Amino acid sequence: MNAELSQKQRRFNVDEVRAEFPILNQAVNGHALVYLDNAATSQKPQAVIDALVHYYQCDNSNVHRGAHALADRATAAFENARASVASAINSPEAKQLIWTRGTTEAINLVAYSWGRANLKAGDEVLVSALEHHSNIVPWQLICEAVGAKLKAIPVSAKGELDLEAYQAMLSDKVKFVSVAHVSNALGSINPIEQMIALAHEVGALVLIDGAQGLAHFDVDVQALDCDFYAFSGHKVFGPTGIGGLWGKKALLESMPPWQGGGEMIETVSFDGTTFNQLPYKFEAGTPDIAGVIALGAAFNYLKQFDRRELLAHESELLAYCIEKSKAIDGLVRVGEAQHCASVFSFIVKGTHPADIGTLLDQQGVAVRTGHHCVQPLMQNFNIPGTVRASFSIYNSKADVDALFAALDKVLSFLR
Amino acid sequence: MTLPTMPFGDDITTEDILDTLSFFESWEERYKYIIDLGKSLPPMENALKTDERIVRGCQSQVWVASELRDGKLFFAVDSDAFIVKGLLALVMAAYNNKTPAQVIDFDIESYFEALALIKHLSPTRGNGIKAMVHTVQELAKAI
Repeated sequence: MNAELSQKQRRFNVDEVRAEFPILNQAVNGHALVYLDNAATSQKPQAVIDALVHYYQCDNSNVHRGAHALADRATAAFENARASVASAINSPEAKQLIWTRGTTEAINLVAYSWGRANLKAGDEVLVSALEHHSNIVPWQLICEAVGAKLKAIPVSAKGELDLEAYQAMLSDKVKFVSVAHVSNALGSINPIEQMIALAHEVGALVLIDGAQGLAHFDVDVQALDCDFYAFSGHKVFGPTGIGGLWGKKALLESMPPWQGGGEMIETVSFDGTTFNQLPYKFEAGTPDIAGVIALGAAFNYLKQFDRRELLAHESELLAYCIEKSKAIDGLVRVGEAQHCASVFSFIVKGTHPADIGTLLDQQGVAVRTGHHCVQPLMQNFNIPGTVRASFSIYNSKADVDALFAALDKVLSFLR
Repeated sequence: MTLPTMPFGDDITTEDILDTLSFFESWEERYKYIIDLGKSLPPMENALKTDERIVRGCQSQVWVASELRDGKLFFAVDSDAFIVKGLLALVMAAYNNKTPAQVIDFDIESYFEALALIKHLSPTRGNGIKAMVHTVQELAKAI
C-alpha cells in the first residue's frame, strides 16, 4: 500500500466505530448490550441503514428496465454497488459478481448449475469436516442425483484441516473442492491458497465458502486463484438476504442458468429462449435492489480503513479473551487452530452450553450456543455444542471483561 | 411400563408455580427456582431415551416418554440442559396426571406468558420446548 493512500485512510478508533453502530447503544434485560454473536450476523453501521432508507425514500424503482429517472437512478446505484464490491475483492470485471441471497444460495447455484452439467457417476467432490451445513447439503444433493461421491477432509483435534490427508484424497476422480475460508464454529482459517493450488494440480475446481472470511479481512480472488468465492452481505456489515457469488468468467459463461424468469433472458419464444449475458443470466427475477445498494455502502464503509488495522484489533480481543479464559476453572476452548479469526468457542465442564447462553443473555451478553450448524464437526469433537463468542471491529476489551464477569456469575449459579 | 411418579401436575400445580415465581424479583431467583424444579423430576431411565422419544433442538435435546393410565397421561421427561429440564417441569405441571381433554384445553401460551418465559416457546431452532409441547398436544388429540 503506498503512503499517499494510507494517509487518506481513516485511523481506526474503537469508540468512534462503535458509535456508528446505533443498535449497540441499548440495554438488554437491564444491562448494556454486549454483542458477541458477530459470526452469526454483524451489526450495521448508520451508513448502511441510511443507504437502505435513502433507496426507499428517494430512488425505489425496478432496475434495468424502466424508462424514467427513478429507474435510471436505481439502476445506476445497483450497478455501482456491484462495481464497488467487485473491486473490493479484486474481480477483473464487475460482471463476474452475481448477486444471490447469500452464501447458501451461491453454493447452491454452483452445485446445481455447474454440478448438474459436469459431475457424473464415479466423480468425487471434497468438502471438509468443519463445513457449515450449507456447504455440505447442496453437494450431498447433487452427488446423490448424479451418482458422484462426497468425501470429507478430516480435521485435527485443534480444529485444523489435515493437509496431508487432503493431498492423499486428491486424485483425478476429484472434480470439485468446496471449503470454508474460515470455520464459523471455531474460527480456524484454512490454508486455502495451498488447497486451491493442490486441487488445480489434479484439475479440480475450487469454491471458497467465504461467509466468515470477508468479515475479517480483504479477499483478493485473483491472488487466491479460486474458481468461485461465495459470501453473505449480512456478516460483513450489510443487510440480510443479500450476498454474492464471484466466479471465473469462462466458467460462469459455460454454466447453464439454474433459475428461469425475467431479467435472465434475452429473447423468449415457445420455440426456445436465449439467455442474457453475465451476470444477469444468473439473476432471475427482480433482485434485492435495496440490499445490493446497502451492501455497496457496507463495503464503502470498510474501504475507509486499512483492514489490517481492523484485523489487528480483533486479534487483540481474541488474545485478551484467551488469556482471561485461563482463569475459569473447567473452561475448555474448542478449536485452537494456529491461524484463527476472532472466534472463541468453548465449553465448561459440568455445564451445558444452552444454560450458559440463557444466563449470559439475562446479563445482556449475546453469544451463540449449540452446534452452530456444523453437526459433523461437533460429532468429531464428541460434544453437543459450544458457547461461541465472536468479535467484530466494534467490540472492545470492556466487552470481553463483561463476558467473563457474566460468565463468573453464571458458573457460580450452575455449579 | 409404569413410569415413575413425579410431583408435577399432582403436588405441584401450574398455580403453585405461578404463585412462587411472582415472589421473585431477580433473574437469579427465577432461574434458580426453574433449575431446582428440573432437579426434582425423577430420573428418566436411559433405556427410555430412544431416538423415537427425542425432540431435537439446535441448542439442547429433550426426551419425552408417555403412557395412558386410567384415562390419564403420565410422562417421563429429561433434557441435557438444566434450564430446559426446569422448563420441562413447568410444562409437566400442566400436562402430567391429566386427561387428554385437559391437555388439549390447557392454554400453554398464556401460561408461558404469565411465567414471562414466552421466549422459550419460540418455534423451531431453539431448545425443543415448543416441539415438545406440540408432541404432547398431538398425543392427546390422537387418543
